[in-house]
Amino acid sequence: MNSLIPIFIIVPLATAFLIMILGKFIQGFQKTITPLILLFLTVLSFYCLLNNYSDSYAVGGWEPVKNIPIAIYLVMDGFSILLLTIISLIGFLASFYSISYISKFTSENNFYALLCLMIAGMNGVVLSGDLFNLFVFLEISVISSYALVAFGTEKEELEASFKYQVLGGIASFIILFAIGLIYWRTKTLNIADVSTLLSSQQANIFDIFVQILLISGFGLKAAMMPFHAWLPDAHSSAPSPISAMLSGVLIKAVGIYVIIRLFFNMFIASEEIAILITTLGTISMVIGVLLAIGQWDIKRLLAYHSISQMGYVVLSIGIGLILMARGTRPAVAVLAIAGGLFHMVNHAVFKGLLFLNAGAIEHRIHTRNLKEMGGLSKDMPATSATSFVASMSISGIPPFNGFFSKLIIIIAAIQAKFYLLAFLAVVVSIITLASFMKFQRYAFFNKKEYSKTLKIKEVPFPMIFSMAIMGILCLAFSLLAFPGVREQILGPAIDVLMKTGEYTQTIIGM
Amino acid sequence: MIVFILCFILFLVGLYGLITRRNLIKIVISLSIMEFSVFLFLVLIGYIDAGVAPIVDLSLSDQIYVDPLPQAMVLTAIVIGLATTAMLLAIAIRLYRKYKTFDIREINQLRG
Repeated sequence: MNSLIPIFIIVPLATAFLIMILGKFIQGFQKTITPLILLFLTVLSFYCLLNNYSDSYAVGGWEPVKNIPIAIYLVMDGFSILLLTIISLIGFLASFYSISYISKFTSENNFYALLCLMIAGMNGVVLSGDLFNLFVFLEISVISSYALVAFGTEKEELEASFKYQVLGGIASFIILFAIGLIYWRTKTLNIADVSTLLSSQQANIFDIFVQILLISGFGLKAAMMPFHAWLPDAHSSAPSPISAMLSGVLIKAVGIYVIIRLFFNMFIASEEIAILITTLGTISMVIGVLLAIGQWDIKRLLAYHSISQMGYVVLSIGIGLILMARGTRPAVAVLAIAGGLFHMVNHAVFKGLLFLNAGAIEHRIHTRNLKEMGGLSKDMPATSATSFVASMSISGIPPFNGFFSKLIIIIAAIQAKFYLLAFLAVVVSIITLASFMKFQRYAFFNKKEYSKTLKIKEVPFPMIFSMAIMGILCLAFSLLAFPGVREQILGPAIDVLMKTGEYTQTIIGM
Repeated sequence: MIVFILCFILFLVGLYGLITRRNLIKIVISLSIMEFSVFLFLVLIGYIDAGVAPIVDLSLSDQIYVDPLPQAMVLTAIVIGLATTAMLLAIAIRLYRKYKTFDIREINQLRG
């Protein structure tokens, strides 16, 4: 029991359980315990990140028999730790923000318990080394997110949640079907074991079919372009801290993370599949931003930008995958993967911050329509300043973090001779800037549109604190672009993805 | 082979219902049909011809057993499916209270 891995799953699960039991009797228990627990997990994951911790843990202590792993494995390596850190960090800030935001709702206990369950599920997905276990944790996190989307129980929230559940349900069946097919072919569910068996066999049409099913299933969870319809509704209807969690973390942990993990560490991706992934990423990037321009509801606008920014990540990872499938120019592949992972981390921070800003505006003036706002920069200086930082960051203006990650992605695309993709990435970035200029102007710098008698105050301290920390992180994460820091933080994750065999070694060879 | 085709037809029945029905409850039922066709497929994967239930009897040395792992998987998946269906029905009831109808053509607050 020296392993740190089970803590990441057990602690949030136990917290959810305790909140439901003790929250009724102890006043304010739920508000205190959730941020504390998540702060603890954040510190722990930063400790793992800085020490480059890597370990695997067999649930129940079942040893491998004749080199065949029979236990359910939980694996922690560079890539998992990177995701764990984002989940805990954004989770902590969102829960701290909720202390004042969620007090207007009833049943706070349920809210915090569901938040903890969602985090436990996402940690489980990220740590799982077994396909079916991954599916179970994925369902834990998405079922709690269905409930959280409907938390307001107004017409729109319920409709969005129903839509999300129907599409999410279809995605789950597709994933389960694909897992069944993999089990049929390899007679194992352990990712490392599947990887060994598949690499010793010739790839055939069956594998391609399974891969396409997995791309569709997890693409639906990650809201890639042809499967995006649920995202703007669900993310804009949820309470704002939850929107920050859904957009900032959930679509990465249960969507993009799994796609990357499976296609780098389990399958030997062929060039065709890599091109398919890149194309999906490009389409999401371009169409997402085009749909975002016309939006007047702040949270819908942000939700469409999530699709677009996820497109950048998928595009960049796809370029890395194409180069690895061709087996040429590994240095450029490393750069592309680094850009993708870096942008994923950055997106969690700035999109989380933007949703928290939107929540702060909604908390004070009770509307999400940009046309009904204006002049908020005087009344809400902290919100205005942090949202300006986040808007500049998402549009790729130096010296904020979004600039560096987009720069790396564009350089990687040019070096890989995908000039069209590089051009599109630049154009999308410019359109993003235009769209956020509109947001800034109508919300903060226009003259007042709402009633003059209404006195707008700045939001309470917990909300300002979370937004300020995220604003500082937007600047601080720029440091990741520089050599030295980049090798320390992103290096282990990239190593895991580039050296596909080593993932297998950590499980089988222990 | 024929059972796999029947299983696939069951899946298509669910998909057809999901696309054509306009009633929230019927959509939930169609999703459940799709879900159970996938479960059926998982059980079929583990079936071996002439196999019996996997309770090992050491006195019979040449007995063939079916694969127990897909059965364990299906049991877990059924529990998850129960949670999903319960959640869907709870939302459907809440929607009915707000809109006084189950017709999805009437429930159209979100657009664009």
